[in-house]
Amino acid sequence: MAAPLTLLVIVAVTIRAALYRSSLADVISERVEVVSPLTAWKRVVEGLALLDLGVSPYSGDVFHETPLIIYLFHFLVDYAEITFMLADVITAVCLYMAVKDYNKQVFRKQKYALEADRYPLDCLELIRSPKEMYYIPLKVAMFYLLNPFTILSCVAKSTCGLNNAVISLFILFTIKGNVLLSAIFLSLATYQSIYPLTLSAAALLYLMQRQYIPVNLQRWSFWWFVAQYSFMYLGSLFVIVCLSFFLLGSWDYLPSVYGFILSVPDLTPNIGLFWYFFAEMFEHFRLFFLCVFQINVFFYTVPLSIKLKDHPVFLIFMQLAVISIFKSYPTVGDISLYMAFLPVWSHLHRFLRNIFLVSCVLLACSALFPVLWHLWIYAGSANSNFYYAITLLFNVAQILLVSDYFYAFLRREHHLSYGLYLKRKDGSEATLVLK
Amino acid sequence: MGLLSDPNRRRALINLLTRLNAPICVVCYMAGVAWFMGLAFEPFTLRTYMSENAMGSTMVEERFPAGERALATGREFSAHKKKTGGMPVDWLVKTMQSRGLEVFTQRFSRRLPFPDEDKERYMVKGTNVYGILRAPRASRTEALVLSAPCTPGDNNNQAVGLLLGLAQYFRNQVYWAKDIIFLVNEHDLIGMQAWLEGYHHTNTTGMDWSPLQGRGGSIQAALSLELSSDVVTSLDLVLEGLNGQLPNLDLANLFYAFCQKIGVLCTTQGKLQRNDWDSVSGYSHAVQTMMLMVMKQASGRSWGDHGLFLRYHIEAATIKGINSFRQYKTDATTTGRLLEGMYRKLNNLLERLHQSYFFYLMPSLSHFVSIGYYMPAFGLLAVILLLRALDLWVQIATPPPRTEDGVADAEQISSPGVLSVLTPLVISHLTGVALYTLPIHFQEVAVEHFPVSETEAVVLTAIAVYTAGLALPHNTHRLLTGRGTEQGWKVLKLVAVLYLAVLLGCTALINFSLGFILALTLVPVAAFITPHVPKALSAFILVILSPACTLLFSVFLFQDLQEMPVSFLDGWMLYLSVISQGILDHALYGSLVYPLVSLLVYPCWLLFWNILFWK
Repeated sequence: MAAPLTLLVIVAVTIRAALYRSSLADVISERVEVVSPLTAWKRVVEGLALLDLGVSPYSGDVFHETPLIIYLFHFLVDYAEITFMLADVITAVCLYMAVKDYNKQVFRKQKYALEADRYPLDCLELIRSPKEMYYIPLKVAMFYLLNPFTILSCVAKSTCGLNNAVISLFILFTIKGNVLLSAIFLSLATYQSIYPLTLSAAALLYLMQRQYIPVNLQRWSFWWFVAQYSFMYLGSLFVIVCLSFFLLGSWDYLPSVYGFILSVPDLTPNIGLFWYFFAEMFEHFRLFFLCVFQINVFFYTVPLSIKLKDHPVFLIFMQLAVISIFKSYPTVGDISLYMAFLPVWSHLHRFLRNIFLVSCVLLACSALFPVLWHLWIYAGSANSNFYYAITLLFNVAQILLVSDYFYAFLRREHHLSYGLYLKRKDGSEATLVLK
Repeated sequence: MGLLSDPNRRRALINLLTRLNAPICVVCYMAGVAWFMGLAFEPFTLRTYMSENAMGSTMVEERFPAGERALATGREFSAHKKKTGGMPVDWLVKTMQSRGLEVFTQRFSRRLPFPDEDKERYMVKGTNVYGILRAPRASRTEALVLSAPCTPGDNNNQAVGLLLGLAQYFRNQVYWAKDIIFLVNEHDLIGMQAWLEGYHHTNTTGMDWSPLQGRGGSIQAALSLELSSDVVTSLDLVLEGLNGQLPNLDLANLFYAFCQKIGVLCTTQGKLQRNDWDSVSGYSHAVQTMMLMVMKQASGRSWGDHGLFLRYHIEAATIKGINSFRQYKTDATTTGRLLEGMYRKLNNLLERLHQSYFFYLMPSLSHFVSIGYYMPAFGLLAVILLLRALDLWVQIATPPPRTEDGVADAEQISSPGVLSVLTPLVISHLTGVALYTLPIHFQEVAVEHFPVSETEAVVLTAIAVYTAGLALPHNTHRLLTGRGTEQGWKVLKLVAVLYLAVLLGCTALINFSLGFILALTLVPVAAFITPHVPKALSAFILVILSPACTLLFSVFLFQDLQEMPVSFLDGWMLYLSVISQGILDHALYGSLVYPLVSLLVYPCWLLFWNILFWK
């Protein structure tokens, strides 16, 4: 399997390298869909220039990336293109390995369940065969590397690619069961953009499942593990934050990075939901709605963790999707990360209901973004409402996609315990309805 | 959300949509066409009204007295033009200076990609002359433009005369709060392009021009003037700009309001408006006017010198004087007063024109159809594509009925490879790229080997590549992937139908007319094509409804609508020149129609051609 992966990586790198050389790269790096004020390469370059002049890069409200990123590029600025391509490759390889490992576990679990006769008889067609699972890791890598969204993001040198790499490393080490590295990479991801904090629930559930620690609030072992993990997580976060402080010599970056993410002062249009609302809003409601919007990202962790406590990897997928939909400055790079997971759930396809509608809408919206942007900004004949309408539709489609997968996952689990052909009490055929 | 979550109702709906697919499609198509034709019916349209407060309630008084003198200046200009055999730059500079303007010139030169036979030019060199009247009343941050093209021959001298006359008169008024720039541009759009690029420090088309020495504020609005006779019977308003962009409707309202006030006959598309909307002839008159606007907009070219302003967020229109045999005449003084009034109102603007509509069609100058009314016509056509896509999706998703011996199953279940869809897609797009690049690059080779001129070479190469594309794709795909499966063409058609839907949707948003005309011809093709329909007949229909033939019919229809029907041979010559103009428009001004058709629409159409010959 290494050969196809290598081939895939070569193809992906070639595409990116060719695009870097073309005139498209400049156009792409200006697109608001691809870069946000947080991740724009132009701003990183500006921050570097300020740093070289001995000024704090955070003075002047241009640069909002974390200190580690700017020090990374302080050394690598001449190799920026290679760095970004490497980040994409790392992400893809990590996801590849993680999914391979995960599939092995799924298969083992399924074998035990089969041996224990836990599945109803009519569910045999729901059982996954090793043949169909064999290519899934490669498909995941392909979905990430050849996704136009990833390519755009990489060509625009959006630092989102680096965040994705950190998150995928976190996923890999979590699935491998390495508690310490999982905590370290989670803290790095949190340090980068706060929101991955919500992935800690999934990581905890997974690691506990792996170490056979029951998820039971009354058990001492449960709390002991949570304390261990939190200690490692907070400890490494503390180290990283202090390291940033010592690198810069000031706490400037805290309001400039995290304040910027949480209070959303930059209302440049993007594919998210924030900008239009906050541009229209009266100033005295701002704080209230800010809280409402930001809680959105974090709040779903609780019900989802409860519902999916036996399936932490699916929970990670759901969380990534929720983050990329509801975060304050989303870009297409964020979307590509959770979309890479779609092949992992290919066995759910028979239960998906709106996949055709949703993929049509996503496709149409992706094409309409630049068109409506052109009409609004260049032609001056449309206005922000047009663009926001498409943003809204795009996000609704994403939410439908995610909830569709959620429903399909739950339904398959339901069938696996109650049989595929459900009967009503009177013997007629029953259907499952989501209410 | 009941529909999305309740499986029974969903199934019922999907069953209904797939069972009644064909009738619904036919009904939608008819409804779309009927809706579009209904747009010209007066009770369904809105009366125009002035939305901009700054131009509405303020009264202005027009006092321009010097029409005769302006015409004399025009004659003087004409004499100097004849003497120098081109633009009399020195005379213009002197005259403008004597009228108290700050005068500057701009030189430009441009080599066309191939000779333009319509206007007989290849190496273009010229000079723009413009004079700025500085605003006495405000801090020169905004400007208005009045331009008149200097055309070869005896045309348009009166426009330049009137422009100079107005400059002299405006100079003596104290109420100007915006700079007024009087521009005489040479070589019509090329000169205008050079001047606008110079004014805004951009260079999008690689033209050579000398930088502007003087500037006014940011330009708020512009009018371009075309007058070729001392008296006119009516004034025609031209709105269609580059890529089908239109100025804000308030500019048209302003023109209409002043024509009413001063009592000048005004037309749009050269058609007077009539009051008998309830009679058949009155309705067909409105349809003609609207169709002319649709055709002009769809062509994506600029129909007057104003068209390039729109790209810079400047609301602009061309006012054209028409002199016909009608008794009722308007002299130059009245025209001057009309322009004075319009400029005084524009002078009162506090912000850019933005209150009124940008997307509209005009069945007459006093009525318009806004985007909310005309989009459903397109929507009804686009829905057909979505319905067909849904139908195909259902067919692909449901497993085929099992045959008795189960032999056929194995072949059907194996899903069509990515290759069988990807290959036609790639090949048809490569053909599109060839259609886009070859004509201009191969003109020299073609001229060497065939007895044709450069322009003919370009156009004929384009037609040749287009025709060659018909033979190419399906053959190669058969070679590469062997026998296509039943499932294969369905997937390909699903992709093609969705592609067409997105493509037409995006086109219709930017340029409704183009999107609608393409939808009108391509949607039926997309809806009915399968490998199982009779080959010869369908191939004929497919060719008839292909983009190139659509253009041919449009040429004839356009001539008919203008009441200048042409014979087939003349029509064909016109068709060839339209193609060359389209390519030139793209190369010179960045019009998007040619790349759109060659890189996207044509490949998409080829996919359907491919499906028809699926083996």
